[in-house]
This record gives sequence, structure tokens and C-alpha cells, in this order.
Amino acid sequence: MSQLNRLARGGRIDRSRKLSFTFNGKRYQGHAGDTLASALLANGVDIVNRSFKYSRPRGIVAAGAEEPNAVVQLGKTEAGQVPNVRATQQALFDGLEARSTNGWPNVQRDMMSLVGKLGGKFMPPGFYYKTFMAPASMWMTYEKYIRKSAGLGRSPMESDPDIYDHLHQHCDVLVVGAGPAGLAAALAAARSGARVILVDEQEEMGGSLLDTRELLDDKPADQWVAEALKELAGLDNVTLLPRTTANGYHDHHFVTLHERRTEHLAETAPLKDGRRQVRSRMHRVRAGRVVLATGAHERPLVYANNDVPGNLLAGAVSTYVRRYGVVPGKRLVLSTSNDHAYRAALDWLESGHEVVAIADARANPDGELVEQARARGIRILPGSAVIEAKGENRVSGARVAKVDLDGFRVAGAAETLDCDTIASSGGYSPVIHLASHTGGRPTWRDDIFGFVPTLVKGVSAAGGAQGIYATGEVLADGVEAGRQAATEAGFSAASVSLPEVAVRRDGAAVGLFQVPHEKPTLRAPKQFVDLQNDVTAAGIEVATREGFESIEHVKRYTAMGFGTDQGKLGNINGMAIAARLLGRSIPEVGTTVFRPNYTPVTFGAIVGRHCRELFDPERYTAMHQWHVEHGAEFEDVGQWKRPWYFPRKVNGKTETMHEAVARECLAVREAVGILDASTLGKIDIQGPDAREFLGRVYTNKWAKLAPGRVRYGLMCKDDGMVFDDGTTSCLGENHFLMTTTSGGAATVLEWLELWHQTEWPELDVYFTSVTDHWATMTVTGPEARKLMAELTDIDLDKDAFKFMDWREGSVAGVPARVFRISFTGELAYEINVQANYALHVWEKLFAHGEKYGLTPYGTETMHVLRAEKGFIIAGQDTDGSVTPEDLGMQWAVGYDKPFSWIGQRALTRPDTARTDRKQLVGLKPRDAKVVLEEGAQIVFDPNHAIPMPMVGHVTSSYYSPTLDSGFALAVVKGGQQKMGETVYLPMADGQVHEAEIVSPIFLDPKGERQNV
Amino acid sequence: MFYIHCPYCGELREEEEFHPKGQAHIVRPADPAACSDDEWGDYLFFRDNPRGIHHELWVHAVGCRKFFNITRHTVTYEILETYKMGEQPRFTAEHPEGRPSQDGVDPASLREGVRA
Repeated sequence: MSQLNRLARGGRIDRSRKLSFTFNGKRYQGHAGDTLASALLANGVDIVNRSFKYSRPRGIVAAGAEEPNAVVQLGKTEAGQVPNVRATQQALFDGLEARSTNGWPNVQRDMMSLVGKLGGKFMPPGFYYKTFMAPASMWMTYEKYIRKSAGLGRSPMESDPDIYDHLHQHCDVLVVGAGPAGLAAALAAARSGARVILVDEQEEMGGSLLDTRELLDDKPADQWVAEALKELAGLDNVTLLPRTTANGYHDHHFVTLHERRTEHLAETAPLKDGRRQVRSRMHRVRAGRVVLATGAHERPLVYANNDVPGNLLAGAVSTYVRRYGVVPGKRLVLSTSNDHAYRAALDWLESGHEVVAIADARANPDGELVEQARARGIRILPGSAVIEAKGENRVSGARVAKVDLDGFRVAGAAETLDCDTIASSGGYSPVIHLASHTGGRPTWRDDIFGFVPTLVKGVSAAGGAQGIYATGEVLADGVEAGRQAATEAGFSAASVSLPEVAVRRDGAAVGLFQVPHEKPTLRAPKQFVDLQNDVTAAGIEVATREGFESIEHVKRYTAMGFGTDQGKLGNINGMAIAARLLGRSIPEVGTTVFRPNYTPVTFGAIVGRHCRELFDPERYTAMHQWHVEHGAEFEDVGQWKRPWYFPRKVNGKTETMHEAVARECLAVREAVGILDASTLGKIDIQGPDAREFLGRVYTNKWAKLAPGRVRYGLMCKDDGMVFDDGTTSCLGENHFLMTTTSGGAATVLEWLELWHQTEWPELDVYFTSVTDHWATMTVTGPEARKLMAELTDIDLDKDAFKFMDWREGSVAGVPARVFRISFTGELAYEINVQANYALHVWEKLFAHGEKYGLTPYGTETMHVLRAEKGFIIAGQDTDGSVTPEDLGMQWAVGYDKPFSWIGQRALTRPDTARTDRKQLVGLKPRDAKVVLEEGAQIVFDPNHAIPMPMVGHVTSSYYSPTLDSGFALAVVKGGQQKMGETVYLPMADGQVHEAEIVSPIFLDPKGERQNV
Repeated sequence: MFYIHCPYCGELREEEEFHPKGQAHIVRPADPAACSDDEWGDYLFFRDNPRGIHHELWVHAVGCRKFFNITRHTVTYEILETYKMGEQPRFTAEHPEGRPSQDGVDPASLREGVRA
């Protein structure tokens, strides 16, 4: 393939290094130093995509981050797929494979352009919804095909082999953008000694200086760039980050930088010394001061058919010619509102190609560049603009006419010029995205026809980012910004001598956004505002006519500024058009808010190393390895890994969960079982006021709990709703051990600290988390006492060591605290030992327990056993709207305690005193084989017309091997007064289950089994 | 992400170390039983949502575990000061530039280091 648009000389590419790549399956060649976009243009590839909505052919428009069309899917392998890469930002490497993200079956011959034609003269906003909604039942079918042919890219279906890092950094001065302003700012700040990070999103630092016609100290500008970068690279206090985009500016100068380290080399990171390199880094920078030197984006003009391939930004034309040695056509027409764009015509001409004409919207263009163009014999059409492009798959001509800007009308007959490229420039928009992330609403400036950023303290904008465009002034502004940032950060100002730049006399620009057409906007050929989202000037007009007057509403109705583009090219034009239609000024209409990220960031970069086993910390108990070796299936409880059940192999077949749980349950009820309960939260509470404190945070009484005794308690918030429960043991007069739910440990500790530190600092009490220090094993079942007797010196006599007592002693030769607490309803001993002795004790218990049938059980069996006894799990049977009274636990409420404990006052509010509140009950399915679904809604009358009044829901439901029946806990309105009544549970599949309201205690209501 | 000066640790730390706990200076009525339902409801459920200076309760959850207060501007998110429990804010809606100093401390110096 020949590179038909490649110049023989010039540009910053290395012609000696040829790189081959494929686009949409076709092989091409480019050079080192190319972007994918410049290489495609060099090869004369006009159509790079199909548009999102109308499926029109689209070509490359820009040369940087603002490119809306050339958004491609990258990747040869499945794992290497990357969607939404802008071809203008992707460096070419040998073997690169890319394809269009839109277009089905392909971009050249597209099915959907038919839809665009079927849709009539124009598809208004909401077209798909309005057109394809009837009949409503067909929408799903339409949608499938519309989606197939629309959409932007796809994600890989295989896992990513690459490595991504997060780096946390601090610096005194962060400079974003390494064009003239950024380089000057970095030099000024760095010379003062400040720690400086300089980031730039492009392959090379230098920004506009890499393709400017201007000389610095009478030398090509890139020489000054090289010198500046050499100095910065040699300074220890400077970090240079090329190929790095500052994507998000968050609170308090926290800036996220996405550094692409290998994406210019290969699809996945190449190996270095046998190891895979890091593909990208996310730098999380906390900056002292920030200088935004992000430059400006050129605005295209909005004229008819301005989306046909061959319509480019004027500045992009210069960049392709001067930086990449590519002329993207033969015959150019330039349409401009300002002087600066003339350089595109001059660069084009100097490359040896024809400039057909320059249509200048100003009546009397007279700046220096205009004179130069005139002197070269270029035809200049004053007071004119390109009003319409001709051609379908490539520009074939430009209709140019005199325009009356104030009257918004075409003022003369149009002339059709023969050309293959139209460059346009409507002026420049400062890149204010990062400043906008900080919340500052930008300010419109009529003198530059652009929004400049409103900045929070500690951040400044320099050069193009605040509307300063003349190179000499930009450099000076950069130095000043760098110096000021360093000074504010506490460093003394350093001197930077600036290179000489000839001052250019520019004529005044005019404000031109949408170009008038002979036909009214709604009947003229499409005039595109947002190319990526196919938003036209007519679409904005329709939106305003339909009453969307706020720019935020216009944006959402038309989708302007959506997608990966985020309105970089289109937003200002769109606002200007809305302003004209609404008869307001641009600042009155205002702008929409730019949000992070500036350009798309891959998930890999965001996630870093926080994936798979490092996604979240995992907590293991001291007996974890034993559980693994004994085949436990695990369940996540918060960050804990808890044994769920212990399936056994029976006749070579592994038990199902149902079989294992039934066996484990019966072992506890008939012999003895053991549970690793180490994950229970444990809080050590000490101090003379510990007892008083407990009385205030628990609903029940603590004044008389003697050392050696244990009590169950409920904790409410001050709204009277239960939020945690557990037992607390009195270890000494001023010393208690509180247990919490496994998931609630940290929350409860913070809750206790909150009340102590903010409301009752006068109470002398201290809280320490001891969850990890003590391992807990529950030995429970009728044989528990016999087993314990073999291993402990504690007197286990049922009168000496009663239910709800605790004793200190040794178990298996290890100092232990043993608690007679039961969460199963059986005789139970909870053995607490120092965690590092726990495995020894656990194994000893098994050595002695085998003859008693000691069976390890997991959380599932624990749930069945506790639910059979009606013991609640806070957070499962309660949900933040359940009072102790709703649970029927008045026995755990100290109504007459002297201090108004947390939650007490709320229990007398009218709403909490209602008798028809949802109350905890048991449910017995009429069909014993049915296990009701947790979360299932309950109704009193299944024949009631829909919507049926829902009166509660199932909170816990299991099969009980002891009862040989399904059973459930539920909350039902007024349920405590409805014992024996029938409720109904209509299911999604049409079945209706019947159940009887019963006591939530299904087994041993008097508690005789645990008291033996 | 905020950068928060813990008045107990005396250092600026990342927001990840802290938990916000809502509006500061909400005092639990000394005698809840004497409150009307409305008064109790106000204490439980009603909070200010000012545009501007706001006093917030935070906890250095994975640091020193201490609760403290932050004066924060809800528009700019600037943190004007952090102060210990029991202390009064210097920056308030009435005195956005800082109350006149009682003890000779320049308000500006207090702001140093805790500024956004």
C-alpha cells in the first residue's frame, strides 16, 4: 500500500522505520511517530466510522483528544480488546489492529443508513422512541437491531493479562499540559526548588510548539522545547509524565493521572527481562498547587453536511501537515472567523497542494497572516463562509456564500467551489474541563468568544486555558503562573528568561457558530453540532421549540455532549445556537458541567492491583486451615471467610448442602456439634463507669449483673429501632466483654465511641476491640458436658456452672474463658482462648470428641438451629424499622431504668406505639415440604384485586430436619395478635403458598434443653 | 476526595481514613421524657442543609478513632477548620471570615494547613 497523502519531507515521523497495521481487516503502512489517525490519513482512508444515530459516513476531524469520529476498537486478540480509543491519541506500533466501532455489516456499506433515509428528511431528537414505539410489543425486536448497529465498541470477553499499578504521589506544583504555557510554568516552578510533576497526554511533550510556524529565538520552536525538556529531565525535583492524561480533578487538589506506559508499544504489555511490564499507572496526586496549561480546542463551524469525510478542523490540518508529514487531500477550502486559522492554508500551500479559496466571515480581514495569504495569491472571499459541503463519502465541493451574521441569513448567491477538503475554524474554546470538575462555573468572555475557567484557591490557568493565544504572551503567562504557584507553596521565585517571539498583528475575530443556509435550519441539509452523538442544529431547534429552555435539558433531550466525547467540539456551538433561538446571550444560557473523566480510562487502570484475591481484604479465623482440610464450603460474612457447611463423602458421593445441613443439625440436637464462632465481634469494656454506660446503650438492665454472669442485650438507635444484639459478660466490677454480630463489630465499636466522645465524655470508660485476640468455639449438644469434662478443670456441675454463667479455667491445657451461652437451644459451652492456641484446642476437642459423635457445623446449620428457637439475626430478621416490642422482646427492655437509654423515648412516639406494626412471628407452611422464599411478600387475602395490600414478608426460612418441615420467621402486621390465622404468599410463578401464624419459637419453648 | 486535618493526630490525612457522621453540635435533650413528640422528632430527624458554611461531625475511623468537627463550605468544599469535641467553631455563617479572636490567635494562621 502506498501512503498517497504522505509528504516526502517534513514532520516529526521517522521515515526509515516502517510499521504495518490493519484497519477493518485491511493492511496499511505508516511510520514511527505516526498516530493511528495520521497513518490512516496518509493512506487516504476517508471513512473511519458510521455515525451513532444516522449511520452517516464519518472521517477524521481533529488531531487530538477532541476527535469525535475516529473512535476505534483496538485489539488483535480477544483479551487485548480495548473499546473507544481515539485514533488521534493512539500511537502507531507494528502489528496494530483496529476496527470501526460502528457500522454493520461494515462502514462502507451500512444497513442503518437506510434507517436514516426511512426516517425522512430528519430524525428529530427522540426519533427512535417516537418511531419504533408502535406497536409497543415490537420495541424489544427493534431495539436488538438498533443496538447491534449503534453502540460504541465492546469489552473483551477474556481476562486481561496485563498489570496495572496505582501510585500515590505528593508534589508542590502539578502542571497539566506541556505546551508553551506548561513548559514555561514547569521551568519557573522547578528552578525555585519546588517538587514539580509535569504531565502531558500526547506522545511527545511540546503541544502547539510541535507544529507552529512561529520561531523562538529565530529557531524552530521544537528546539526550545527540546532544551526545556532537557533541563527539566535533569532536575531531581521534577517528574515528567508523558503519555499521561490528567483525567479527574477532585476535591482539595486531588488529581488522577492516567499514565499509559506500553500502549504505544504493543497491544498487551511486552516483556522486559522476562517479566511483563506495567501497562498503565494511575497516579493519585495530592498537589499543593496546580497550574492548568491545558490549551484550547478549536471550534468547527456548523454548516450543512459538515460531517462528510474531508471536513476537518483548520488546526488539525496544520498538525497533520507539519507534525506528521501528511496532507489529507489535494484541494482545500478554508472557512474561518479568525486570523489564526490562516496558517492551515499556508501550511497546505507550502506542502505543494492547492488552496482553492479562503472564505472569511469578516468583512475586512486585514491581519498579518491574511496579508501573507494574499501575497501568495490565495483567493480570499471576505464576508463569506462555507454554507454547505457537497459529496457523500468524501467532500467533492464547497458551496460558499456571503453571510449576514447579524441577520443570520445568506446574503448572496452561493458559488460551488471544487475541492476535496474543507477546513473550518470558528475560534477557540479554552479547555476548562479540569477546572469545571472542581465545581467552578466558567465565565463567558465576549472578546475571545469563549468560556474561561473559574478557579478555586490554589489552582491557576495559564495560556490557552484562559484564553491567551499569542505564543509570546502564552510563554510569559506560563512563567508567571509557575512562579506564583511555587511562591505560594513556599519557595522563592526563580528567574526564567523567555525566548524572543515575533509579535504577530492579528485582526479581530468575529463570533460565528452556526452558519446560515438558504433554507431554514429545519429544512436545510443536516448541520452537525455534536458529531459523536449526531446532534444537529435542527435538533437543538426542535428541543427549544418543544420547551426545553435550560441548557441542561437541551443536553439531555438531544444527547449533546454525551458519550466519550463529553462535548469537546460541540458544546459551545450548541449553547450558542440555543442562545440565538431563545433570544438570550450565551452567558445567560450558560454551560453544562463537564465531569470526570476528561477522556475514557480503562477499567484496568482504575482497578490497579485491587482485583481477584486483592479486591477486598480477607479475614481468616485461627482454625481456617483445618476447615479447608476438612472440605468446608465457605461463606463470606463481611470480610470473614466462615465455614458454611462441611459436606462429607458418602459412598464416594459428596453430600449436597441440604444433606450436609440435615446431618449437622441432627448431630447437634442428638449428640454434639462444634462451630467456629471466632468472627463474633468482641469488645473489651473497662472503667468505673462501664456498667452505667452499658445501661445507657442497651435496652435492658445492667446494674445488677454480677461477675461471672452473662446477659443478652438489644441495642437500639435513638429512633427506637434495633440495630445490633449480643451477649455481654461481667468479667469484674469494672470490666465487661461485649459480643456483637460478626458483621456489626466495627459499627458497634464506633457507635460506643460516638456516644462516649460526644455525649457522655464524663463517663470513665474505655473500649478495645478484641475480636481477633480471642478465638471462639461453640461446643453444643446433649453430649457437650461429657466432652468438656474430659478437657477442662472447670466445675461443670449444672448448679455450679449454670446457663448464662461464665467461668475461667483451662481447656486442653490452655487458659480459657468458657461461657454457657446457647445460640442453638442446646446445652452449650462457648470456649474462648487466645487465638494462637485455638487450633490446638480445636484439635484436642476432636481427639476426644469422636466417641461422642462430635460434628463440625457451619453457618447454614447455625441458622437453622437458631431459627428453630426463634433467635433473631440483627440485620436479617430486623431491618432498621423494627423495635424490641415488634420482636416480642419486651422482656429485654428496662422501661423503668433511671437514665433514658438510647431508643427509650422513641418507643412512646405514636408511630412506634401502633398495634398494627409489623411484628415478628413464626410461619408454618401448610405443606410441610414447602420452604418459603426469604423476602416473599405476605397477604391476608389472596383473592384481593391487584394491587393486593402487602402485610409483611418472610425474614428467615429453612427446612428443619428435627421438625421434618419447612418453617420460617416473618414480620406480619399485628402478627402477635393473629396466632393460628392463615396468611398467603403469592409467588411470581403464580403459586400461592399458605402458612399458619405461629410462635417464632418452634422447639423447646420453655428452654429446658439449654438449661440442663 | 477530601484532605482532612485531624486535630488529634495533628496531620493532614486522606479522606479514606475518616467517616462522616452528619451535622455537628446536635445535642441530645437532657431529659428526653420531657420532650414533646415534635421536639423529639426534630432532634432525631431534622438536619440543616445550608448552602455555605456547615459544621460536620467526623471520626478518624482508621486512625486515632477520635471524633472531631469540621467547618466546611458546601459549595466550594473548602475545609475552613477542624476542631476537637467541646470546642466552638471560629468560622460560622455569621462570621465567614472568622470570629474576632479572643485569645490573640490570628484566624488566618489557624486556617493554614487545613485549607482546601
